[in-house]
Amino acid sequence: MAAGTQARMPAAASADRAPAQRRKRRRWRPSGWHLVLLPLALLLISPLIWMALTSLSTLEETRRFPPGLPHTLQWHNYLSAWRESPFGRWLLNSTIVSVACVVGNVVLCSLAGYAFARIRFAGSRIVFVALLATLMVPFQVVMIPTLIIIKDLHLVDSLPALIAPNLVTPFGVYLLRQFFLSLPAELEEAAIIDGAGRLRVLWQVLLPLMGPPLITLTVLTFLNVWNDFLWPLIVTSSPANMTVQVGLASFQSAHFTNWPILMAGTLMSQIPVLLLFIAGQRFFVSSIASTGFK
Amino acid sequence: MIASAAGGRPRRRVLPVGGVARRRADHLSGWAMVGPTVFLIGLFGLVPLIWSFVLSFQHSDLQTSPTSAGVQNYRALSHDPVFWQSVRQTLLYSVLFVPITLVGSLLVAAAINRRIRGITLYRLAIFIPVVTSTVATGVIFSWVLDPNFGIVNSLLHKVGIHQQGFFSSPGQALYSVVAMTVWGWLGFGALIFLAGLQGIPGELLEAASIDGCSKTRAFWSISVPLLRPVTAFLLVWLTINSLQLFDEVYVTTKGGPLHASTVVVYYLYQQAFQYFHAGYAAAIAYVLFAAILVVTLVELQLSRRLNSEQAP
Repeated sequence: MAAGTQARMPAAASADRAPAQRRKRRRWRPSGWHLVLLPLALLLISPLIWMALTSLSTLEETRRFPPGLPHTLQWHNYLSAWRESPFGRWLLNSTIVSVACVVGNVVLCSLAGYAFARIRFAGSRIVFVALLATLMVPFQVVMIPTLIIIKDLHLVDSLPALIAPNLVTPFGVYLLRQFFLSLPAELEEAAIIDGAGRLRVLWQVLLPLMGPPLITLTVLTFLNVWNDFLWPLIVTSSPANMTVQVGLASFQSAHFTNWPILMAGTLMSQIPVLLLFIAGQRFFVSSIASTGFK
Repeated sequence: MIASAAGGRPRRRVLPVGGVARRRADHLSGWAMVGPTVFLIGLFGLVPLIWSFVLSFQHSDLQTSPTSAGVQNYRALSHDPVFWQSVRQTLLYSVLFVPITLVGSLLVAAAINRRIRGITLYRLAIFIPVVTSTVATGVIFSWVLDPNFGIVNSLLHKVGIHQQGFFSSPGQALYSVVAMTVWGWLGFGALIFLAGLQGIPGELLEAASIDGCSKTRAFWSISVPLLRPVTAFLLVWLTINSLQLFDEVYVTTKGGPLHASTVVVYYLYQQAFQYFHAGYAAAIAYVLFAAILVVTLVELQLSRRLNSEQAP
C-alpha cells in the first residue's frame, strides 16, 4: 500500500501552474463548473461564515427567529471573550508547545533518521523495527500509563508534560530515514573520506538538501500538536497551563448559551492556524498530500 | 500513525569507508544520534504499551497501588451493556462516516481537478476545514445545529419542516456527529484524491477521448481504477480515525443524550478519568487496539485482492 500510494502523489499544488499561465492568453470562456463549485464551496465554508457573523452579533440577534445579519458589527464581543478568559495565555501556551515539538522533531528525527539510514551500529535494525511498531499503536492504548509516568516525573499540569510525549515521533523518524535512503551515498563519501564526522556531514553536506522533508515534518507536527485535544485535556487542569483547544472547550462550558462571545472565542482560537494556512497553502497541501497524514 | 511516506523499499546504503576504528566510532555515533529518540519513544511509546497491557489485568484507581484482577476486567466488559452499546454505535458511525467521506471526497476532488478561474479560491474554501481543529468544529456545529436558534433549523422551518433536536435528540445525535465529522474530513479526502488525480498521466485520458470515450466514462473507467492505491490508503486511514472518534463527541454531546452517542473512546475516557477505573479502561483500550488491527488487516487484504483481480 505504502509504495503505491506514494508513487502517484506528487505535490498537488505545483503540478498545474505552468499550463495555467499558458491558458491565460486564450479567450476566456466561462465554465459550467462554476455552477457546481460555487454552491459546493459556499456550503462547505458556510459554518465558518456563520461563526464569523454570529461573533459580530448581539445576544438578542442570535435569539431572533428567523436569524439574520447583525445590525451593527459588535466588535466588543472579541474584547469580552479576550477579557473573560485567558485566550492570550492559551494561544501563547499552544505556540510554545507546538514550536518546541517542531524543533524537537526536526532535530531528533533528522539525527535518528540519518543514523538508521546510513550507519551500521549494533542493534540498529531491531531498534528501528521496535520504533516503527509504535507507529501503529493508537494513542488511547498508551494514554493511561503515559499519564502515570508524567505524574511520577512530577510534570502533571505543566507545559513540559504537553511537550515531552510529542518531542519526537516514530512517523518523523521514518519520514527522514526514507528521505536519506533516497539520496545517493556518493554525496557524503568525499566528506567522510576527508575525515569529517557524521554530524558535520549531516550539518554541512545534507542539511541544504533537507528542505522538503523538513517542511513536511514541520507542517504536520505543528498542525497535529496545535490541534491535539485528548492529551492536553487529561494532563492539564489549571487554566494557566491549558492549550487553546482545551481552553476553548472550557470556555464553551462556561458560556454555553452566549453564542456571540463563544463564536468570537472560537474564531480567535482558529486565527493563527488559518493565517498560516492561507499564507502557506502550497506547503500545507503538498505536505498532507505527499504523506497522507493529518 | 500509519503513513505512506517515501515508499518502495530502498536498500540500506552503508558507507564502506574506514577500518576497525571507524566501525567502532560508528557504533558510538550511531547510538549517540538515535539515543534521545530511543529514550523518548521507549518511555512514551513502548513502556506504556506493555504497562497498559499489565494494567488491563489489574484494578487501579490511578491513586492507590493497583491490585491483581486476573481476567475480571475483560469478563466484566463482555457483560457491560453500555460498552456493547458504545461498540454498536462506533460501528454504526464508521459504517456511515467512512463511505460517505470516501465517495464524497472523490467527487469533490473530481470537481476541483480543473483549471478554471477562481479554482484557487474554491480549493481554499474546501481545504479550510482540514486545518480547523476538532474542538472548534464541535463548537461551531453545536451552534449551527442548535435546536432553538440554530441556522439549520430556521432553514428547515422555511421549507416547512418542523424543529429538529439534532445533538439533543437521542435518535439524531449520532447522525449529527456523522454530518459534522464528514464536513471536517471531506477536504482532507479531496486533497489526497486530487493529488492522486493529478498524478494520472494525461496521455491516458487524451487517448480515451480520441477513441470517443466521454469524460464521465473516462473518469469512472480509467481514473477511478487507477486511484485504487490512494482509495485503499484513505479507506484504512478514515476507518482507523473513525474508530478513535472522541474530540467532537466530547465537545458536542458528551456521549448523550442517554448514551445515544457514547462511542468506545468516549466510554474509555469516562471509565478512566471520571470513574477512575483505570484497569477497566486499559482493557477497553486493548480491545479497541485489537479491533483496529483486525479491521485494518481485513481492509488491506480486501483491497489487495481487488487489485490482483482487476489488474490489467
